[in-house]
Amino acid sequence: MTEKTIAESARLRHEYLRHDKKFPHVWCPGCGIGIILGSLIRAVDRLGLNKDKLVLASGIGCSGRLPVYVDFNTIHTTHGRALTFATGIKLANPALNVITVMGDGDATAIGGNHFIHAARRNINLTAIIINNQIYGMTGGQYSPTTPYGSLSATSTYGHIEHAFSISDLAITAGASYVAKGTVYHVPALDKLITGGIEKEGFSVIEIMSNCHTQYGRRNKMPDPVTMMKWFRDQAVSVTKAAKMAPDELAEKFIIGVLADRDKPSYTTEYQHIRDRALKVAKNE
Amino acid sequence: MGCEQSGKTCLLQGNEAIVEGALAAGCRFFAGYPITPASEIAELMSMRLPEVGGAFIQMEDEIAGIGAVIGASLAGVKSLTATSGPGFSLMQENLGFACITETPCVIVNVMRGGPSTGLPTSPAQGDVMQARWGTHGTHPIIVLSVSSVIDSFEVTIHAFNISEKYRIPVILLSDEVVAHTRESITIPDKSEFEVVNRIRPGVPPEWFHPYEDNSRGVPPMAAFGDGYRHHITGLVHDVHGYPTQRPDEIDAFQRRQFRKITNGFSEIQMTRSVMLDDADIAVIAYGSVSRSALRAIKMARERGIKAGLLHLTTLFPFPRRIVDPVLRKCRAVLVPEMNLGQISREVKRVNLSAKVEKLNRLDGQLITPEEIFEKLLTL
Ligand SMILES: Cc1ncc(C[n+]2csc(CCOP(=O)(O)OP(=O)(O)O)c2C)c(N)n1
Ligand code: SF4
Repeated sequence: MTEKTIAESARLRHEYLRHDKKFPHVWCPGCGIGIILGSLIRAVDRLGLNKDKLVLASGIGCSGRLPVYVDFNTIHTTHGRALTFATGIKLANPALNVITVMGDGDATAIGGNHFIHAARRNINLTAIIINNQIYGMTGGQYSPTTPYGSLSATSTYGHIEHAFSISDLAITAGASYVAKGTVYHVPALDKLITGGIEKEGFSVIEIMSNCHTQYGRRNKMPDPVTMMKWFRDQAVSVTKAAKMAPDELAEKFIIGVLADRDKPSYTTEYQHIRDRALKVAKNE
Repeated sequence: MGCEQSGKTCLLQGNEAIVEGALAAGCRFFAGYPITPASEIAELMSMRLPEVGGAFIQMEDEIAGIGAVIGASLAGVKSLTATSGPGFSLMQENLGFACITETPCVIVNVMRGGPSTGLPTSPAQGDVMQARWGTHGTHPIIVLSVSSVIDSFEVTIHAFNISEKYRIPVILLSDEVVAHTRESITIPDKSEFEVVNRIRPGVPPEWFHPYEDNSRGVPPMAAFGDGYRHHITGLVHDVHGYPTQRPDEIDAFQRRQFRKITNGFSEIQMTRSVMLDDADIAVIAYGSVSRSALRAIKMARERGIKAGLLHLTTLFPFPRRIVDPVLRKCRAVLVPEMNLGQISREVKRVNLSAKVEKLNRLDGQLITPEEIFEKLLTL
């Protein structure tokens, strides 16, 4: 690190991490969630968002512990329900910027219904989903994104269910912006998160993150470096993927902006409802 | 239809009166999921809220409904959800979140027969203990009941006021009969009822500790966006709102939750006494059953029996101090309920030597005045 980047990182820490919150944090050394926290902070800084008007909501899990460290309005809700609380916050005060952070189990198992409906409604929220392919906090049980055949605390003979793609689900359900990144491709991740926060409507940023403790350890990737290499080798950018044949992509996953479309967000539509209702009430 | 103008007399259902009461109390957010016999509350809210600058949203289920309601309240807006048994069961986990984060909100449960899908269009009072103990863990909660259309309006206002003042979720229990009976009601003028708003912090943000104790035991509440950037969590937290494992902090936190409610017993515990002064026999009732009970004690009086009625609006915290003198004074007390005896046990617990009799129906039918009267004759 150069002197300049050290100074910059100190500034960001000072500006965005809570001074009264006792560190160290709860995560394992080398956990990918810390990298995502850094990316999120840089995105917020780049956009110059007012901290007073920024709400960060999480569910339950290792990922759910992220908000407590940052100096925004923060809320650690119940398992799977972050988007429901965020929906209420956003509708009650549309001037707030509301970001949610969820785990893969949080967002797509217990919270799967809320996830698809938030996307369908296109409510103006940003959903960051930390996909570590496992239930980290509870000790490594399989999640909806645990790959077929892999080992977990509840699939000790090999996993017989098939994973689904969070990004594909978000696109089909109607999100305005869907992007996928990894904790290996950090500068790109900063941009994906920035793009998601900026976008009007429901934005999803799915981030492949390493849980070497619970997932990697059981699947021949026992340390952060091995997992990072795996992300490096498996990820293919959108542009590159466009030139590849389907069978070449079979074992890979695509990163970058996967969907970016314009349609009115729920809060914009609701304002129209208010205007109409007011007119009707006045004429009565 | 609604009854927007004060001073106007209209014919409203209990469900509609709850909407009018909520709006009068300053409620500006509703999130919920349709269910009989509570759906009219959502339907009317969807029409009325946008007119007053509020917001309505139909969520994907009741878990989401109460989640959005808590979120809206944290953003500074008074919020309501309404449901019936199956939906109320789904809400229990997030209800606990509202308790531990001390987030004001009102949850209406229009009771129907249960368990499960049960009797969707018949009245019951089977959810009383669920309202008190449905969410896990040690926690105080406030449970109110309504027995008429006027009650539905007035008690809803009380529910919001208490919820705001004490920072606690309030459960409002109605039942299928009250919800769908039409009665005439005159909406009072704003000057005729009090509206209470949560106390916001007055200190500069750097001095603000979101869960610091004070003499009332109710910390001032900042809204998201107010400039008091703070943390809200369902984990037990210290005065800063951060998770704690320290036994002394945990104990102080848990006990403050009860202390703040105990401090407010005199205004939280609402009851109505009818002809109790000279009574030697009494009926203790709530919800639609109290209407039958009122008629029954009048019938008894006509026969020269000195019967009285204690009508409970507040079910929890159970108004022991009001019930106790009634038990001491009367030779017998009858508790009619559309369950097998949920409140009668609370009554009995107040004074184990008192004679507390039950009258129960579980068949989806109202308890009639005649049934109560007949039972009084045997006591
Ligand atoms: C209703 C409920 N069920 C179960 C749990 C237990 N639980 C806590 S975290 C978690 C899974 C976390 O996995 P994930 O969402 O993938 O997040 P990670 O810990 O991997 O970041 C579970 C099942 C809970 N807190 N609440
Ligand atoms: S268990 Fe996994 S996800 Fe949780 S902190 Fe450790 S490495 Fe990170």
